[in-house]
Parts: sequence; C-alpha cells; structure tokens
Amino acid sequence: MKFLAALGEQLSTGLRRSREYLAAELAAVLRPERPIDESLYTELEEILVAADLGAPLAADFTNRAREEVMFGTVTRADQLRPLFRRFLGDILVPAAQPLDLDHRPAVVLMLGVNGSGKTTTCAKLAAALTRSEKQVLLAAADTFRAAAIEQLEAWGDRIGVEVVRQEPGSDPAAVVFDAVKAATARNLDALIIDTAGRLHTKSNLMMELAKLKRVIERQLPGAPHESLMVLDAPTGQNGFAQARMFNEAIGLSGVVLTKLDGTAKGGIVVRIARELRLPIKLVGVGEKVEDLGPFDPQRFIDALVPAA
Amino acid sequence: MFDSLSTRLQAVFDRLGSRGRLTEDNIQEALREVRLALLEADVNFKVVRGFVERVKARAVGQDVLGSLTPAQQVVKVVHDELVELLGGSGHRLSPAQHPPTILMLIGLQGSGKTTTSAKLARLYAKQGQHPVLAAADIYRPAAMDQLRTLGAQLGVPVVGAPGQRPLEICRAAREEAAARGLTPLILDTAGRLHIDEAMLDELRTIRSEIRPHHVLLVVDAMTGQDAVNVADRFNQAVGIDAVILTKMDGDSRGGAALSVRQVTGRPIAFVGMGEKTEALEPFHPDRVASRILGMGDVLSLVEKAQEAVDQKTAEELVRKLREDAFTLEDFRDQLKQVRQMGPLDQVLGMLPFGKLLKGAPRELSAEQADLARFDAIIGSMTPQERRHPEIINGSRRQRIARGSGTSVQDVNRLLKQYAQLRKMMKQFKGLEGKLPRAGLPGFPTLRG
Repeated sequence: MKFLAALGEQLSTGLRRSREYLAAELAAVLRPERPIDESLYTELEEILVAADLGAPLAADFTNRAREEVMFGTVTRADQLRPLFRRFLGDILVPAAQPLDLDHRPAVVLMLGVNGSGKTTTCAKLAAALTRSEKQVLLAAADTFRAAAIEQLEAWGDRIGVEVVRQEPGSDPAAVVFDAVKAATARNLDALIIDTAGRLHTKSNLMMELAKLKRVIERQLPGAPHESLMVLDAPTGQNGFAQARMFNEAIGLSGVVLTKLDGTAKGGIVVRIARELRLPIKLVGVGEKVEDLGPFDPQRFIDALVPAA
Repeated sequence: MFDSLSTRLQAVFDRLGSRGRLTEDNIQEALREVRLALLEADVNFKVVRGFVERVKARAVGQDVLGSLTPAQQVVKVVHDELVELLGGSGHRLSPAQHPPTILMLIGLQGSGKTTTSAKLARLYAKQGQHPVLAAADIYRPAAMDQLRTLGAQLGVPVVGAPGQRPLEICRAAREEAAARGLTPLILDTAGRLHIDEAMLDELRTIRSEIRPHHVLLVVDAMTGQDAVNVADRFNQAVGIDAVILTKMDGDSRGGAALSVRQVTGRPIAFVGMGEKTEALEPFHPDRVASRILGMGDVLSLVEKAQEAVDQKTAEELVRKLREDAFTLEDFRDQLKQVRQMGPLDQVLGMLPFGKLLKGAPRELSAEQADLARFDAIIGSMTPQERRHPEIINGSRRQRIARGSGTSVQDVNRLLKQYAQLRKMMKQFKGLEGKLPRAGLPGFPTLRG
C-alpha cells in the first residue's frame, strides 16, 4: 500500500499514552525476580483485560503461560513478556493485510456503528488516494443523520474530491446507484461510500446495508472490493459483537481501527482478528487528514507490550 | 440494555438456585463466574475486584448460608451491591434559582453529544419548558448544521453562526436565553480526544465564563476499559456533575455504566436508547439493577404505558387477556400503542419474564414497516375475521392480501405472530401465580 504514507512518528505518539500506561503495570508484574505464582497470573490476567483483549483471551494466555512454566521453558517472570509478544504476533501478523484497490473503479463501502468515525475515515482515505494521483469519488449514502451529507461535502471541498449526494432522507440505494454509475462512466480509480451509522442489533438497518451491497454487486460485478467496518479504539468487548454481526449480515473484508490517539489501546481488534479471522486494514491515529495508514502489527504490539 | 450481562448472571444464579444447600465453595464458584461476566461486560477490572470482594464479604456470612433460601439471598446481595454501584436512588438535574439553567455537554468525539443535546431539548420542551441550544462545536465539519437541523425539527432555537468562537457562541446564547426567558440553555461543545490540552482549555474557559449549573459528560456505552480513564480525565480537567450514557439500545453490556459512577463518584442522569430524538430516559439505578438480574423493570414499563395508553383501554385489555378474548382488533390497538411506547424488544425487556419469552421478542420486534403493513392487513379483514381469526382460510387470505396490497406470506406472518402473542400471554398468565421471588423478605417488590 505504497500510496499511503508510512505512519512513522504519528503512530508512535498516538500510541505512547497507552504504552506508558500498560508498560508500567506490566513492568511491575513481570519483574525478573518476581516469583511465578497464582497472584502473578491473576494480575497478569487483569492487565490483559484492562487492555480490552477480553477475558477469554486473557485466560488462554495465562493458561499457556502455566503450561510453559510447567514444562520448564519459562522460569522467570520476565520471560513471559516475549512469550506474550509472540502470542500476539501469531494472531496479528496474518491479520495485517493491505487494501485491495486493484480495480477500476475500486469500490470501498465504509460501515460501522454510530460515531465510530466513518465519515472522517472516508475523507482521509479519499485524500490519501488523491495524494497519490488517483481519481476518487465520494458517495454520501448516510442520508439519515442530520447534516451527515454536509459533513462529507465539507470534507470533499477541503480535499478537492467530488461528492455524489441526494436530498437528506432519500434512499441510500439510489445514491449508491448513481455513484457507481458515475464512477464507472468516468473510469475513475476509486469510489468510497459513506453509509449511515447503525447499531449492529437493528436488523432492519442491517438488511438495508445488505441491500446497498446487492445494488453495488448488480451494477458492478465483483464490487464492493472492500467492505470495511470502522471501529473506534475505545470500544470494549461490544466491538466483537459488532464485527461478528456486520460480518454475518453483509460479509466484511476487513476492519479499520480509528481514534487510536486517545488512551485507548484498541485491544479488541486482537479478539476480532483471532476469533473472526478478519483482517485489519487501516489505522487512524489523529484528527488530521493525513492520519490514516496501514496496520503495522509490530508497532501495535510494541505499544501494547513493549519489548522490555 | 445490559442483555448479555443479564443472561450470564441469571445463568449463574439459576445454577446456584438449583442446589438445595450452599457451601462456601458453591458461592466462591458462582462469584468467579460473576467476575467473568462483569469483565466480559467491560466493567473496569478494578471495579470488578471491589465489587466481588464486597459481595463475597456479605454473601459467605452465616445469614446467607443459614437461611432457607440461600441462593435468593445471594441474588439479593448482588442486587443491593449493583444498586449501590449504579448510584443509589437516581439523580435529577435541579433547576437554577435564576433561569436560565445552563447544561454543558462534554465528551469524546463520536460519543453522541449533538444528538443528546437535541434529545435533552426535546425532553424539556415536552415538560413545558422553553429550551435553547448553543452550537459551540465549530471544529467538526457540519456539526452546527446537524444541531440546526435537529433544532428545526423540534422547534427549538439554536444559537451560533459560522466564524464565531465557541465562547462567543455560548455568551450570545446565554444573553438570548435571558432576554427571551428561555430555559434550560444546552451547550453542545466540540468533541475531543481528551489528550488534547488546547481543547480542554477551551472547555475550562467556557465553564468558568459561562458557569453552567450542570456539566454533563456524554459517554458511549460501548466503551471498554478506557471509559473510566476518559471519565476520570474529564473530571480532573474540567469537572463533571453527572453522566449521560448513549447508545444503550445496542447489545452493549453497559460496563461503562457500572464503572464510571464508581470511579468518578458522579451519578448517571440519563441514558440514550436510540437515534430518534425522543429516545432519552432518566436513569433509575434500582430499576436497572432489577433489569440486569432479570427481575424486570415494571415501574418503567408502567410509566411508558401511562404515556402511551389510557387507563380504560388498559383495563379492558387486562380483562380480555384474563378471558382469553384477545382478538385481532385488540392486536391492532396493541401494536399502535406499543409503537408509541418504543421498540418492542425494549418494552419486553422490562417485563420480569422477558427472558423466558426469548425468541418471541425477536420475531415480535417487527420493524416499523411491518407494523404499518400489519395495520393494512387487519384493515382489509371483515369484522368477523378480526374477531374469529380461525375462520381465515386460503381464499380469505388471498383476498386480504390483495385488499391490503401485501402478499399471502405477509398475512400468514401476521397470523403467526398473533398466535404467538396469544401463546405468550397464556404463558405469562401461568407464571403470574408462581413468581419465585415474590415472597422474599426485604426484597423490593417488582410486580408493580
């Protein structure tokens, strides 16, 4: 994904807070001289839960640690650190996958719950593509939320990308139909579709999304090439339910993790990658339009569990 | 709301209840599961630790083990502690002595401040007050437009124009409120990632200049372990008086709700239950605790029903249920009234046996479009068919479908749901006699 600038420093600063927070707690538990006993396992488990990794994953890892200790491969507490980094790497390295935009037009469908950052992510992705000389079109298919269309248009003006829109309250399928038609006719590189936020428990709204996808498929076989669920980093275990249900309803091609610039660690993506085998395709780390990049598992692990 | 937490806790207590006598080990084991259920629900791990310790201290004492119904005593202890955790008796926003009462909403990006501002305005307008909104989020593209659109829908004035600074907008709004006698004044501030000192400065300035009576932190109920950090930071940096939880209509396990109050010591004032502007409810800790433990929240249900249903119709309905004379006409009236009360699944969630009726609510949580279709279908039936649905045979079904512009499948679905509802009501009637927790000493009576 060379058209997206490497995140470099931005991600580091974005993740620094979570690193400081977790690092201190971990360092206290994984001191070399600390005896490995039940209280260590309990504290370790709590730290993992505090990172939003979820109780099942925390229990699995501590069980694995117990086994290693039993077999004598781990004898000191600090040896659990590389063990945990490997444990995370096994899950996250295969999950880091680039966007599939090798189509003309490549159609990207952005979806997720309310307030996760879909509109901003659409704009950031459009800007990144424009910077690498691609011709992009945005579609304002969130016709429900008040002023969602204006929000995307304001972004469009700012980054110089045209926005396909209709009146508020109109059928999102009609907007999408127009947009796919325009993108195909003009032979553009990419079409990015912003949809209305919806809670994954609202079955009628999930059906509406499935319909949007059908409309796109019918018009342009093979599309949408990416159906990305936007998830904000502070989300807890509910994020897993979101990913599962969006995936069941329309079939996701990956997840975008946004707002990693707060104190939140985004640990829920580990569970999503592990249990649903969904790739993590993009990471958003700030409010600026350039703050979107590919998911770098090593950096993510460094932030969660520093090497030492 | 709290569905999955509720399901898991109830499973734990059911297992506990199936034993005649309890040992300390039984309780320890149950508490381990309670701990997992709470962690899985995103309750902050420190809060979980304290909670489990408090329950343990009270539950392994002689009082519980020696009692005739130890499992129920454990449930009672958990209930009491949950109420305590959630903030005792609930919180009302007191009006200012000299209007306007000023409410300031703050929170992270995407937590739902703008929508919640509009919901609050609607709530106060409905109580006969004249609220005014200040659009002080000048950063997010079109945030001002969003509030204007919502304000226009509600008929509530919105102060703020592009190019103005947030403090200017808030001042202008306060002056306008004072001049026109409008109250409360609701300030919608810019969302932020709380690490941003410049933004926090802006909030502090607004707070000290405008002197809001209540600073309300808006928290997304789906937030994980970080919720307490967020709340704590905002509380330290700006100071908050109460919390509003949003997006509680999903399957969010509401752990944030259980943690934020404990960590900040600030009560939860409201919960947001949907995208529509009427979807904001006062938060009652005792009722919510009952709901989590599957004891239902009949009080809230009764209040909702009182808003939507007139007393006479309700009494009539109860009589019909008793006599099993519930017809399709009643079904249609019910659908209409229920539509006014809110989504069916939320309504059923408040019933003490909502969990037992599981499956049916899902079928029943028919979309609004479905309800409109049902209305049309019942409208196309003859009075006799409505009173005696069993006479509706194949050719009648075809006629009804044609008449209502629907399909035979739709008609079948309606009849199936009607039959299901009747069955549910029979179940419900059967359960009424053997409410298991009804006679529990010192336990809040939940049967309305």
